[in-house]
Amino acid sequence: MNHHFPTDERSGGFRILLKSRLHNTLSEIGKAWTLFFQTLVQIFRPPLQLELLTKQLLLVGFNSLSVVLVSGFFTGMVLGVQGYIQLKPFAVEGSVARFVCVSVVKELGPMITAFVLAGRIGASITAELSTMKVTEQIDALEVMGTNPVKYLVVPRFLACAIMLPTLTIFSTFAGIAGGFIAVVSLFDVNGHFFLLEVQRNLFVASVLVSLIKATSFGMAIAAVGCYKGFSISAAGGAEGVGTATTGSAVISLIAILVLDFVLNHILFNILGWV
Amino acid sequence: MIVVKDIWKTFGGKSVLNGLSLEIPRGETLVIMGRSGCGKSVLLKIITGLIAADAGEIWFDSTEISRLKAKELNAIRQKIGMLFQSAALFDSMTVAENIAFMLDQHTKLTQAEMRKVVDEKLSLVDLEGVQELRPAELSGGMRKRVGLARALAFNPEVILYDEPTTGLDPVTCNEINQLIRDLHEKLQVTSVVVTHDMHSAFSVATRMAMIHEGKQIAYGAPDEILNNDDPILQQFILFGAPDQILNMENPVLQEFIGRQDRGAHGELAL
Ligand SMILES: Nc1ncnc2c1ncn2[C@@H]1O[C@H](COP(=O)(O)OP(=O)(O)O)[C@@H](O)[C@H]1O
Ligand SMILES: [Mg+2]
Repeated sequence: MNHHFPTDERSGGFRILLKSRLHNTLSEIGKAWTLFFQTLVQIFRPPLQLELLTKQLLLVGFNSLSVVLVSGFFTGMVLGVQGYIQLKPFAVEGSVARFVCVSVVKELGPMITAFVLAGRIGASITAELSTMKVTEQIDALEVMGTNPVKYLVVPRFLACAIMLPTLTIFSTFAGIAGGFIAVVSLFDVNGHFFLLEVQRNLFVASVLVSLIKATSFGMAIAAVGCYKGFSISAAGGAEGVGTATTGSAVISLIAILVLDFVLNHILFNILGWV
Repeated sequence: MIVVKDIWKTFGGKSVLNGLSLEIPRGETLVIMGRSGCGKSVLLKIITGLIAADAGEIWFDSTEISRLKAKELNAIRQKIGMLFQSAALFDSMTVAENIAFMLDQHTKLTQAEMRKVVDEKLSLVDLEGVQELRPAELSGGMRKRVGLARALAFNPEVILYDEPTTGLDPVTCNEINQLIRDLHEKLQVTSVVVTHDMHSAFSVATRMAMIHEGKQIAYGAPDEILNNDDPILQQFILFGAPDQILNMENPVLQEFIGRQDRGAHGELAL
């Protein structure tokens, strides 16, 4: 088999490059987890920092509410139209309400909200913290005896973990409303029947799944955003801030998708929830 | 009061400090000189525990800081005020909030009491009526002053200045030098000024040290430094210091100037 793998210098170099990239990636993931655990520890240390938390909650919530509502609404409309068209040939177009409701509650509500927040909040956390890093503001905090994880990460982390499920409730309602409006106005579906179907398929467990997912996504967005902000090298300058910011959004999106799969597997496959 | 003992530091294989030792005696203003990138900021960050050295010790009075727990380290840090190279003011806060930050974090002072401290520290650095401005609205010199006022807020025993005059116009530079001298007299603090600006160095120093290739190569009172015949130090002073303080009798300096005149500066080129 050996002849399949040319052993000249280039392939050796490539292997070394691959190895070092893998090593870098793993060590970055390790450092990100370290920051995550430090954050968890610092959450339970006094003081409460309610003022900082409130500021972040408002920032995350207000800034994203309208985008989340609009995205949720159109996602629901798309689902309604596509669902009706796909189900009609099987003469089960009556299930379109169930289809919209289940998809939005369990998957798309939390997912769309998380995507919006990854792009807006995650990236802006990274931009803010990395700017603070390159302008020595984080060093200044530390020299003045304030723990940067406690002061900067904890409020952002909590705000995302709290606001993501909150906004998810809004986007879920918007999604169901979008589906309702699209289906009832475009197709021959009775509105009353649609709502009855939604009610029948809205389980406590599904809502719980939605909130668990949303909370996890929120923590992931904040953790990635803060880690990318902190890990910029002080010599990176404005260019480094830009790279870190886009990097943060991309990594958050991937983290959300991976997390969604893992949670689906755990919740539905292993624990056997509906 | 602060002793830097045999500090080593490398960043990703690149060595920055190679067994640096220094003494910072109480009540003095020690100026640490060295070329850009020689590790002056890194040294200040090691002294304040922001960066861990690979080897060596930092003694603050009778405490060795590198093995301290976070809480004990913070207690030491509260005795140190640091003016960062970029001032490092918090953009999201007003000037007053910046200056009151440590009081807000570590004391139970009321708003009114904090406001009083803020006014007092601002007047120490010759600023007035800027309390409600944002750092972005300040000029470079004002930012440094506010950074200094913030460093003074907790009445530190030691003030560390990282290139306090770099990037400022000559008039503002002179004002900042004056301010460093005034604070030294008024508050009787120990000061450490890191700089490559020779005008500033000679105008504030009571002691001087020179770092080259990660080591201390000269240490002493300003006139001792002027008479030191280390060629690297002499070049540094020759190119940077005001003429009137240069010691033209110094043989190394004469030889160096001689070579410059003959145009054979290759051997000593920076
Ligand atoms: N956090 C860091 N990571 C990697 N290299 C660093 C870091 N901080 C400083 N350096 C490097 O150490 C050297 C000394 O930097 P510095 O102390 O900032 O120089 P200066 O004497 O001009 O203040 C520089 O080459 C710089 O690139
Ligand atoms: Mg520097």
